[in-house]
Amino acid sequence: MSIRIYCPTGAFGLGFLDSSLERAVSMKPDVIACDGGSTDSGPFYLGAGQPKMSREALVRDLRRLLVARDRLQVPLIIGSCGTSGIDAMVDMMRDLAVELACELGLSFRLATIHGEQDREETAARFDRGCIQALPGAPSITRDDILACEHIVGMMGVEPIQAALEGGADVVLAGRATDTALFAAMPLMRGLPPGPVWHCAKTIECGAICSTKPVGDGVIADIDETGFEVEPASLEAACTPLGIAAHTLYENADPILIHEPGGTLNTGGALYTALDSRRTRVEGSTFEHAPCTIKLEGSALGGYQTIAIGGVRDPLILRQLESWTDGMMAFFDTRVKELTGLTLGKEVLIDISFYGRDAVMGKTEPLAGEVGHEVGMLFTVTAPTQKLANTVCRFVTHMGSHWSIPEWDGFISAIAFPFSPPEIDRGPVYRFKLHHVATDIRPDELFRTQFEEVGR
Amino acid sequence: MSGMPARLGDLAKLIRSKNAGPFWITFDIMFATDSDFERVVQADVLTRDWIAKVWQRDVKDIVLVALPQARAIKFSFPRRPVQGDPGEMDQYAGQQYAPLIDLEIT
Repeated sequence: MSIRIYCPTGAFGLGFLDSSLERAVSMKPDVIACDGGSTDSGPFYLGAGQPKMSREALVRDLRRLLVARDRLQVPLIIGSCGTSGIDAMVDMMRDLAVELACELGLSFRLATIHGEQDREETAARFDRGCIQALPGAPSITRDDILACEHIVGMMGVEPIQAALEGGADVVLAGRATDTALFAAMPLMRGLPPGPVWHCAKTIECGAICSTKPVGDGVIADIDETGFEVEPASLEAACTPLGIAAHTLYENADPILIHEPGGTLNTGGALYTALDSRRTRVEGSTFEHAPCTIKLEGSALGGYQTIAIGGVRDPLILRQLESWTDGMMAFFDTRVKELTGLTLGKEVLIDISFYGRDAVMGKTEPLAGEVGHEVGMLFTVTAPTQKLANTVCRFVTHMGSHWSIPEWDGFISAIAFPFSPPEIDRGPVYRFKLHHVATDIRPDELFRTQFEEVGR
Repeated sequence: MSGMPARLGDLAKLIRSKNAGPFWITFDIMFATDSDFERVVQADVLTRDWIAKVWQRDVKDIVLVALPQARAIKFSFPRRPVQGDPGEMDQYAGQQYAPLIDLEIT
C-alpha cells in the first residue's frame, strides 16, 4: 500500500504555479495538505489576530485548491489557518471557503477544528503543574498566561484524523504542527510512523526541499518501508543531498525531531536518487512518547514609535558611544518629568546604529569599525501610543541637537529623511507562552464542527 | 589546495542562520563536496568553545552536529532576546552568521 500526498506550497497564501497544480492533479494524489501558519514571523500575528498573507492571496490559493479537490474527490487539509490558527482565523477561512463554494458551485463536507484556549483554564493547568517549559524558554508565571491576547493549542494528527473519519472533504484546522497535516491520513491508513513523519517533515515546506526553493509544491508517496518525493514542477529536482539537508531547516536538532506523540529519529535514514528529480528515503524511525500539546501565547508589549536618521559628521562618528550615552542620561531625567514614567521600566528608548552593530548587537566583532556614515534607528516603546509618540518626539528633537565637545554652538547632528521623523508603529507583542501541556489527551484542547457546504 | 589555509566562507556552498522557534537560533553550514566537508570537520576549529566565544554564550547551551549525509554542519543555541522581545534587531535571526565566513580552516 502507498499513499500519495500533494503539498501545493510551503505556506498557504504564498501561491504556486498553475502548471505545477495541473501536474500534481494529473498524478492523482490521495490527499492535498497545506500549512497556513508559523510563529516564525514573530509574536504580532498571534497577538493581534491578523493573518500574514493578504485576503486576496488566501482566496487565490483556496479557490484553486477547492477546485482541485473537487476534481479529485480527495480531502483537502489546511492547518494553522490565518498564520496563528486562532478561532477567528479558522472562521475567516471557513467564510472564504463557503463564499468560494457558492461562487464556484462546489459542494463538500467541511470540518473546522478550533483550538484557541481560555486564559483562566490555561492558568489553572499551570497551577496543576501541567505546563512545562521547552528547552530555551524563559520561565513564566500565572500572570504571563493571563496577559496573553490569544493562546492556541497546537494539535497533532488526532483531531484531523477524527475529522477525516467523520467524512470531511475539507478540513480547516486551527494551530497544528506542520507535519500533522501530512501525517494524519497515512497514519490512519496504517503506514509506519518512521517514514510517515519523516516524509511529513520533508514536504511541509513545499518546494523548499527542492532545487528551486520558491513558492511551489512537492508530491510524495509513502509506503511500508519509506517514502519518495519529487517537486510538482518539472523544472525542479529533489536530490538525496537536498532532502537530507532539509532536516536541518528551522530545526534546532536535525536528527531527533519532536512531535506531539513522540520523536522522529532521522539518524538511520538513507537517501537514494531514483532518477534526476526524485529521491527515496528509508530507515527513519519513530519512538512514541506520552502526548504533549504545545501552547503558544502572545501578549501586548506596549506601543512603539520609531524614527530613522543618519549621521555623516566624522567627529560625531568617532564618538558615537559617548554621544548617545550623554543623550540617554539626559532623556532619563526628562522622560520622568515629561510623562511621570521611568525610562528602562515603563518606557524603553533604543538607539541602534546601522553601519556599526545594529544587526549583531553586542556580538558584532567589527563594532569598532564605522564607515563614513551610519544610519540611526530610534525605537520608543511605551504603555500607550500617545506616550510613545510624545517621548519619541522629544527624543528626536533633543537627539538631533545633542552636541559634541569639538563644536561650540547649536548643531543639527541627525539627518532625518522624513517630516515628521516619528512613525507610530502601533502595538507590539511578546511571546509569553511557547510551552507544552502535559498529562493531556491528544483531542482534549480541540473542538470540531461539521457542516455541509453547497448542498 | 588542501593543506593551504582557507576561509570557511570559501569552502562552504551555503552558510545561513535562522530561528528554530522563537527561543532558538540555528546555523547551517553546507558543502558541495565530501572533501570540503571532511576538511572542515577534521580541522576541528568550528568547536562549541569557539561558538560560545563568538556569540558570547554558555558552552553548555550549544548543540553542534556534523551530518555527513547532508554534507552539513549545524549548531544551535537559545536565542536572546526571545524573538520580538525588546532589543530585537533580527526577527528571523537571518543575519547572525557573518563571523563564520572568515573562520580560518587550516
